[in-house]
Amino acid sequence: MSLLSELSQTSMKPFEKVVKFFITVSAFAAILISISIVFTLLTEAINFFQDPAVTLKGYFTATRWTPTFQNPEYGVIVLISSTLYIAVIACLISFPLGLFSAIYLSEFATKRTRKVIKPVLEVLAGVPTVVFGYFALNWITPNIIQRFIPGTGVFNALSAGIAVGIMIIPTIASISDDALNAVPNSLRNGSLALGSTRRITALKIMFPAAISGIIASFILGFSRAIGETMIVTIAGGQYPELNLDPRSAMYTITSSIVNVSLGDTPHGTTAYNALFALGITLFIMTFILNIASDYVARKYRKEYE
Amino acid sequence: METKETVHVNNANVFNVKDVSVSYGEFVAIKNVNMDISKNKITAFIGPSGCGKSTLIRTFNRMNDLILGAKVNGTINYQGVDLYDKMVDPVQVRRRIGMVFQKPNPFPKTIKENITFGLKVNNMTDNMDERVERALTQAALWDEVKDDLNKNALELSGGQQQRLCIARTIAVEPDTILMDEPCSALDPVATKKIEDLMQELVKEFSILIVTHNMQQASRASDYCAFFTTKTSDDGKRRTGELVEFNETNTMFTNPDEELTEQYISGRFG
Repeated sequence: MSLLSELSQTSMKPFEKVVKFFITVSAFAAILISISIVFTLLTEAINFFQDPAVTLKGYFTATRWTPTFQNPEYGVIVLISSTLYIAVIACLISFPLGLFSAIYLSEFATKRTRKVIKPVLEVLAGVPTVVFGYFALNWITPNIIQRFIPGTGVFNALSAGIAVGIMIIPTIASISDDALNAVPNSLRNGSLALGSTRRITALKIMFPAAISGIIASFILGFSRAIGETMIVTIAGGQYPELNLDPRSAMYTITSSIVNVSLGDTPHGTTAYNALFALGITLFIMTFILNIASDYVARKYRKEYE
Repeated sequence: METKETVHVNNANVFNVKDVSVSYGEFVAIKNVNMDISKNKITAFIGPSGCGKSTLIRTFNRMNDLILGAKVNGTINYQGVDLYDKMVDPVQVRRRIGMVFQKPNPFPKTIKENITFGLKVNNMTDNMDERVERALTQAALWDEVKDDLNKNALELSGGQQQRLCIARTIAVEPDTILMDEPCSALDPVATKKIEDLMQELVKEFSILIVTHNMQQASRASDYCAFFTTKTSDDGKRRTGELVEFNETNTMFTNPDEELTEQYISGRFG
């Protein structure tokens, strides 16, 4: 056999071709599915806005969300504000706790402690959210909120927000911990060699060096809080009017989607189509946040290449 | 502070090392080291990879404490005080015994902040600008950076970064500087600058330097310690040992030990 024919022998055996085909199809399937989801949401949302009872102005200015009432109103601002309100409560809980556990894990814990705590945190991330929902409704509300803040309803934003916050602590802790670990050990040594304590090293050197990754974890946590469904549906209630009192029930985008889709709302009605308008609203919100988090995270990766 | 045993304190020495061994768990990295390190001199540690010279230098400012399982046996006296006495706080030790690392490791902050960080940590916040200038001047970096002190330190060249790390170390006024292969990541020009700098600094500080580069040791040091690795009889363990500790001139012209002669003439290692 000549050298040329030897070199031109293809190494792509039939089996490898099959494997390559399936891998390619799977990769494109993910993209295709995402596109079709957006497409479905969009077409149904357009149907929603074609109802004369719905106006884009009303969608953003009305202060009630009552699509199944006799005189329906579609004030999405009610839902957006509730969603953000509960997400902010969740962030107030999860940002400090998540960040402190990350700093503890990466800067103070011994290897052995870390080996125990990190998996426990990850288990917390694996608890089904419905469990957190009942935990909020049946434990946090009666034992903490109602005991210390009189006049709180059974369903309230505070309890839902706290439970969502607990749920996203592992997300924050784990990503921030990764960010801190990505900071070269030589910086830690450099700081300690100058006679600084572990505390100063953690706060003044490691934390600023990992800040982009930490911010990315915050944005991702916030995005998860916005998209969280079961906890807010179970513990947050469905109060359809604009309201900023944390002691009372609220109505998030996600819980109104659950509420309408669980009821007997007939297919094709405006109330039904409203689901898709909400879906696309939620999609846009989390999409922007995820892109922001990705952007920040990529920026921090550049710093140490 | 009282030490448990009275040791012979020679005013010309900054460290007295007695029977020092360092181990990580089961593994003994280096054993039975005895040496006196002179004040205001440059002492170089040379030897093949894995001979424990970097491990040893890290015991002088207790950086080994940060490695899990590292254990130091024997005594290291620093100006008469046992560095491993239970009452000694490693943080205080590191304020007096500075360290420059193998790879330049400036903080991702401005040039100025790299210096002021150590000053703040050590409560030396009076006349900060003056201290920054003095440290950078001593490190032979001032002229190159005086116009952009607020530039990020990571934008400096490797050699400049290493001189910044030296500046940040001397800013906190230690009396001893440990250098762990400070030029291994630098080109020959930058290396030359650091070596010249060491000759200036040694007037004020005692310097210990680990180096892979024998020419560097012969050019730059006053005393030289040669370490090597000995393999145990069963061939399973390799432990570092001090072979010879001598004046650099003697070491490179007429060493006491055959092994040293072989190493510096390039016949092994």
